[in-house]
Amino acid sequence: MAPDGLLYSKDHEWAKIEGDTATVGITDYAQNSLGDIVYVELPRVGQTVAEHASIGVVESVKAVSEIFTPVGGEIVAINAELEKDPAAVNRDPFGAGWMYKVKLGSPTPAGLMNAEAYEQMVTAQ
Amino acid sequence: MADGYESLTRVYAPHTESDIREMLDAVGVESLEDLLRVPDAIALAAPLAVPPGLPELELQRTMAAYAARNEALGYVSFLGAGAYRHYVPPVVPAIAMRGEFLTAYTPYQAEVSQGYLQAIYEWQSYVCLLTGLDLANASVYDGATALAEGAIMAVNATGRRAILVSAAVHPNYRGVLRTYARGLDLDVEELPLGGDGRTDFASLEARLADKRFAALVVQNPNFFGAVDVPGDDVRRIVEASGTVTIGVVAEAMSLGALVPPAGWGAHIAVGEGQSFGVAMAYGGPYVGFIAANKEHMRRIPGRLVGRSVDVAGKPAYTLTLQAREQHIRREKATSNICTNQAHCALCATIYLAAVGASGLRRCATLNVERIHALSEKVVAVPGFSRRFEGPVFNEAAIRVPAAASAAQVLAKLRERKILGGVDLGRWYPQLTDCILMSATELTTDAEIEALASALRAIVEELDLVRA
Repeated sequence: MAPDGLLYSKDHEWAKIEGDTATVGITDYAQNSLGDIVYVELPRVGQTVAEHASIGVVESVKAVSEIFTPVGGEIVAINAELEKDPAAVNRDPFGAGWMYKVKLGSPTPAGLMNAEAYEQMVTAQ
Repeated sequence: MADGYESLTRVYAPHTESDIREMLDAVGVESLEDLLRVPDAIALAAPLAVPPGLPELELQRTMAAYAARNEALGYVSFLGAGAYRHYVPPVVPAIAMRGEFLTAYTPYQAEVSQGYLQAIYEWQSYVCLLTGLDLANASVYDGATALAEGAIMAVNATGRRAILVSAAVHPNYRGVLRTYARGLDLDVEELPLGGDGRTDFASLEARLADKRFAALVVQNPNFFGAVDVPGDDVRRIVEASGTVTIGVVAEAMSLGALVPPAGWGAHIAVGEGQSFGVAMAYGGPYVGFIAANKEHMRRIPGRLVGRSVDVAGKPAYTLTLQAREQHIRREKATSNICTNQAHCALCATIYLAAVGASGLRRCATLNVERIHALSEKVVAVPGFSRRFEGPVFNEAAIRVPAAASAAQVLAKLRERKILGGVDLGRWYPQLTDCILMSATELTTDAEIEALASALRAIVEELDLVRA
């Protein structure tokens, strides 16, 4: 379920690193646990965020969950489509449901897992 | 005594004796009495001299005698400044005091409280109609806290940490805003008062240039009763800087006569609804309102009632968007306000339903007519004048003769059983010679005449105007 080539946090976010930029979203496991997502509150473009800081909120019909950013740096883009269509996170968490892009503060983010390690962690839960 | 605590605990507290023993051991005291022991130095030596119970009739006579010592009812009042004397039609208490509505706590459960939820939904709808904005909440404590909550919305929307507020906004509202701002570490700065008693926007462009302010706060009518709204040029500057405009309405009755906040550029409107059928009652409880455009839907604090459908497809009302609130989002909630003034909002809703759009307009127009009647008679008294020119709603700043102060004139009026208004020097050092006078639909020609002739007598008594 967790695609290869992405990095994963224990808080169920994924990061796709391309050069000095990372695209961030939540995993299929996370969207499935939350249920129907009705609102996504994203950070502001230009905002500087620290690794693991709470920078947004995902609200579903049954819960509200914070987004802990797996990588730190400057927010350079947000997925504004999620305002109109938050359910994209449910439908396509690793694609159309991406949340924001970060210009990385440090070249190699620490403490993240590859797909295999993340799958193992989820299975163990 | 010891037995008293013990038995009370057994009756009302959910703890078992062993729970209590454990807690007492943990804090290291022998008994509940030891825990609550009042130090001898301040403890009552003898029981309070509370008289025995009285028969109902005797009690009524006793209380009526106390009430008769209350002189306030014998005064003619021109006080306003945030609390307004308006007619409350008997239908308001007749419906609001029904047992179905008069409960100790707001019933929010959709399963059993459709009536109350519908009333709150109607209140929200009225607030939207009156402010011209998209959505409104179920109310907050009062107008001043509504302003502070509106400012927090703007801070959350913009990520900026400063608020620019007009000096013509009610001083108490600004005080509450500063109290909230201190806790949240926000800067509050002021736009000065112009020579015409309205906000001076001249410095606005320069101050908004660095996009530091989350919100611009303007009150209409302003604290001096004057129509005070930003013009098109000011609005363009505000929009260009991404600043949220918060419109304050301290006198809700004005919404029946003036352009609604959305019409002069407010993104968020906050205010006080006491004028709609809520008794003045020593200054509270009152009922604050908050309305906003759709963009701020997720940031509006407090309860929101929404209309949905039940399983049978019929209209049904329920609390909605609760994920903003502290019982779900804890410390990340939009606000710590989770409660509202439901019963006062109910009174306002009944009032608005009873008077209707045309009734409200007529009542508001009457307020304008009454303050002009008052102003005309007062400025005819030698030495008195309007401090500021320009249109007012139901209050005006009146300047007293140069040889006197507002405080002095007000004291002399009180001797004549007239509460002449509010001494503006209390908040504005440059206005110690000014009284803020209010007139509403309840202000009669005879009252205005009594005020004018009292002022004439005071002028003579103090020899204020020399020929």
